[in-house]
Amino acid sequence: MLIGAAIGVIVARNPVHSVMFLVLAFFTSAVLWLLLEAEFLAMTLVLVYVGAVMVLFLFVVMMLDIDTSTMRSHFMRYAPVGIFVAAISVAEVWSVVWLRSQGLPTMARPEAAPADYSNSKVLGEVLYTEHVYAFELASFVLLLAIIAAIVLTMRRRPGLKLQNINKQVSVNPADRVRIVKMQVEKD
Amino acid sequence: MLTLTHFLMLSGVLFAISIAGIFINRKNMILLLMCIELLLLAVNFNFIAFSHFLGNPDGQVFVFFILTVAAAEAAIGLAILVVLFRTRSSINVEDMDSMKG
Repeated sequence: MLIGAAIGVIVARNPVHSVMFLVLAFFTSAVLWLLLEAEFLAMTLVLVYVGAVMVLFLFVVMMLDIDTSTMRSHFMRYAPVGIFVAAISVAEVWSVVWLRSQGLPTMARPEAAPADYSNSKVLGEVLYTEHVYAFELASFVLLLAIIAAIVLTMRRRPGLKLQNINKQVSVNPADRVRIVKMQVEKD
Repeated sequence: MLTLTHFLMLSGVLFAISIAGIFINRKNMILLLMCIELLLLAVNFNFIAFSHFLGNPDGQVFVFFILTVAAAEAAIGLAILVVLFRTRSSINVEDMDSMKG
């Protein structure tokens, strides 16, 4: 099912359909990660990827109104090359992982974890002790991504009324207020 | 019974599909970004499988960081894409030859 969804991503004619297939691929792999007892990462995959990144993709796909017919005009031209490269990579992975490991002793599947085992707790214990610097670096990368995305997409429209703080602070009172001396009028 | 080999084969096939996707969809930049996400997913699959079968949680920590960096990369890539579409009104990779590289 994961393979089918992945194929759907690359051959769907409509980009919105490929985003939906990608969501399906992420969901199926999250379920497979649950089978591999990586519960925290499976939940992260669903929340972060399906919840945030895919919505971002969908938003961009729908916001940019793209003419898909011209995009697809060269589909068949590159298809043989792509399939050829994919076949070679599959053959190489198959020969290494499958053929050459036939004589080797297979790694036994570990015992299922006990009921009070908490994947998040184990992960957190490793993450905040051994890998704390990498963790801080990851947070810095995320901050950088926020700032970069905002700076890249911000634009100054002509005619937009903005404050000029520098001008406001350095204003001279004599330029703004004129004191008029008038003669007092008496009846 | 699922063994490590099955998971490695699945991840290898996923990787190959996304490589083929990069070749096939080389005109549409959004699909290229999505294929890169699939590539990273295949790599993460390897990490998780080995982490489970070796009983070592460090692999999952690595997947955690890959997810972080991939999310940042997707955000910046899409921001660049939006700016590009605004200035060129096209996301065709073959139109981006203004630097004459």
